[in-house]
Amino acid sequence: MRRIISILMENEPGALSRVVGLFSQRGYNIETLNVAPTEDATLSRLTLTTEGDDKTIEQITKQLNKLVDVVKLVDLSEGAHVERDMMLIKVRAVGGVQRDEVKRTTDIFRGQIVDVGPSVYTIQLTGTGEKLDSFVVAMSEMEILEVVRSGIAGIARGEKVLRLKSS
Amino acid sequence: MEMLSGGEMIARALEDEGVEYIFGYPGGAVLHIYDALFKSSKVPHVLVRHEQAATHAADGYARATGKPGVVLVTSGPGATNAVTGIATAYMDSIPMVVLSGQVASHLIGEDAFQETDMVGISRPIVKHSFMVRNPEDIPATIKKAFYLATSGRPGPVVIDIPKDATRPDLKFEYHYPESVKIRSYSPAQRGHSGQIKKAARLLLSAKRPMIYAGGGVVQGEGSALLTELAQKLNYPVTNTLMGLGAYPGTDRQFLGMLGMHGLYEANMAMHHSDVILAVGARFDDRVTNTVSKFCPGAKIIHIDIDPTSISKTVGADIPIVGPVQSVLSDLMEQVALLQKKDPQLPDAAALQKWWQQIDEWRDKHGLWTGRRYGESDSIMPQQVIESLYRVTQGDAYVTSDVGQHQMFAAQYYRFDQPRRWINSGGLGTMGFGLPAAIGAKLAFPDKDVACVTGEGSIQMNIQELSTCTQYKTPVKIINLRNNYLGMVKQWQDMQYEGRYAMSTYEDSLPDFVKLMEAYGHVGIQVTKLSELDAKMEEAFAMKDKLVFLDIFIDRMEHVYPMHIAPNGSMKDMWLSKNERT
Repeated sequence: MRRIISILMENEPGALSRVVGLFSQRGYNIETLNVAPTEDATLSRLTLTTEGDDKTIEQITKQLNKLVDVVKLVDLSEGAHVERDMMLIKVRAVGGVQRDEVKRTTDIFRGQIVDVGPSVYTIQLTGTGEKLDSFVVAMSEMEILEVVRSGIAGIARGEKVLRLKSS
Repeated sequence: MEMLSGGEMIARALEDEGVEYIFGYPGGAVLHIYDALFKSSKVPHVLVRHEQAATHAADGYARATGKPGVVLVTSGPGATNAVTGIATAYMDSIPMVVLSGQVASHLIGEDAFQETDMVGISRPIVKHSFMVRNPEDIPATIKKAFYLATSGRPGPVVIDIPKDATRPDLKFEYHYPESVKIRSYSPAQRGHSGQIKKAARLLLSAKRPMIYAGGGVVQGEGSALLTELAQKLNYPVTNTLMGLGAYPGTDRQFLGMLGMHGLYEANMAMHHSDVILAVGARFDDRVTNTVSKFCPGAKIIHIDIDPTSISKTVGADIPIVGPVQSVLSDLMEQVALLQKKDPQLPDAAALQKWWQQIDEWRDKHGLWTGRRYGESDSIMPQQVIESLYRVTQGDAYVTSDVGQHQMFAAQYYRFDQPRRWINSGGLGTMGFGLPAAIGAKLAFPDKDVACVTGEGSIQMNIQELSTCTQYKTPVKIINLRNNYLGMVKQWQDMQYEGRYAMSTYEDSLPDFVKLMEAYGHVGIQVTKLSELDAKMEEAFAMKDKLVFLDIFIDRMEHVYPMHIAPNGSMKDMWLSKNERT
């Protein structure tokens, strides 16, 4: 089953390669990956999604925890959480009918057209991975020129936090 | 405060860390460091002949002493040559700090002369690595490296140092920290008390117990406690290849090594046990045979400092994460409490029956009891190890290379103490034995150090004979010579109908006796069983000479027992070329 593992780690050169390297080295799979510094510039937050049975996921989380650069991690899929993937999609939009159709579908999905060209629209859409997949399907009548996705970022619902001091 | 250059800080920090030996090889990127060492350092440096040997020698030193091994190599080929030794140390959890030179920072990424991404290359085989970006970070980085290498589950740590960080003309305030804290690193200090209570109950409820102890007991200095616990309970003990010496090898409760070439009684007892206490062992594939058939009736208590070792292959019923010493002493306390409440624990009658069964297995196929060799004057490899054992009175530091000779040594040299058996268990690195012996001999110059090897392995780092000349390390090399890559040949005999693809080199071997003379050592050929003991004694009597015993052994002998694979369980073994369980 799909898991979302969110990692708080040192914002150091090489830290990301240790995480990514661990996956290839031990034969695990990364499906999506999202990483950026946090409000504390010395820390990065990395969220990845992977597939595996309980035993594999247990090994993955243990192995990640063993990396010296990893401060803490959580398997978000174990509890209630919010997950968001962001997509930029560039589609061919020529002529009134086509442009209207793209606009309408975008509105239905609550996306935004963020760039307009004479023959292309670029749409921004945020949501779960499934929602983004559905949008791509909905747009399949159109000529899709480019799809860019951020990978899933996630956070636990409620009081649960992943930070340096769990005060 | 004292002002030192980057190179000087390295030399001083190693001194302040209490380093006894640096094993290394100079080159362009580390010349500032070497100059600083030359001018000031009180730490002796051992110049090897190949960087791989520097890491193995540091490793041998570390295994013999329990202290971290220290390596200094240059960038590019110096660093890549060290990789095999780093991987060897990583697989066996040996504390090691490797300082590698790097090209100057403004050249990094430009494919400069002797540039290689050492942090990248070594990433999967180190516990952690650092790249020094600011020279003022050098003392704290070195402190962190030693702390990481030696704490928790030990392992190698690489510090990559760009040449400009060691410039002699730039000076910085030097302060070597007493201790360091790494916020993202906190190895377990104690085992979980609830788990330990459960473990004590399970352990005492056993009717057919086994204690299965590995290298973690040696590394964690837990041998004395393990021995006390085992003897108090009168439970049988087996050691892994890495754990030999963790429990006294000559004790009645010791069943020998387990696993692929483990002793019959050890493998049988594991398979039929009802409770296994695994301590500092990792259920690796050379132990378990087919995992799904592993010890079907056993509940498993697994103690390890590294959570990733637990339930990685074989699931643990009671996992305990913690240092071996503290967990074992807590466990003994709980066992004592339970026994006070119920003096009938453990079940003495069941235990007696279990020992009867084990003794039957021993009598039937034990290596140490019933083995008889033919009447011929040809030498069996097992007899060489027995002779070595007799002559050194079981008190030598024995290093080995990898192959049949390694297994014979593991089976027949009965180590009574930890840290005496020094071999590449996890990675299986041929060429490990001689440099490791150098490290052990430097650590314990008054002790006998023997390198058990074969003519295949010894040639993988034979250049170190020259290092032995330079530093006067009179190790004894016991070459079990059968003119084959013996273990390869054994597998070819068993699985490839005796097609010896690339496992022979008969006409091309050097005259080892002459070779030893060329290096200023002594070479002795042994071809007859009747002269084996005398020549072994002669070799060890030459205290200040490196002696190479070139011992011509039976060419066709195989190592037995041997697990039957694939799909076999612990109890499925070949016992000889035509007998199986």
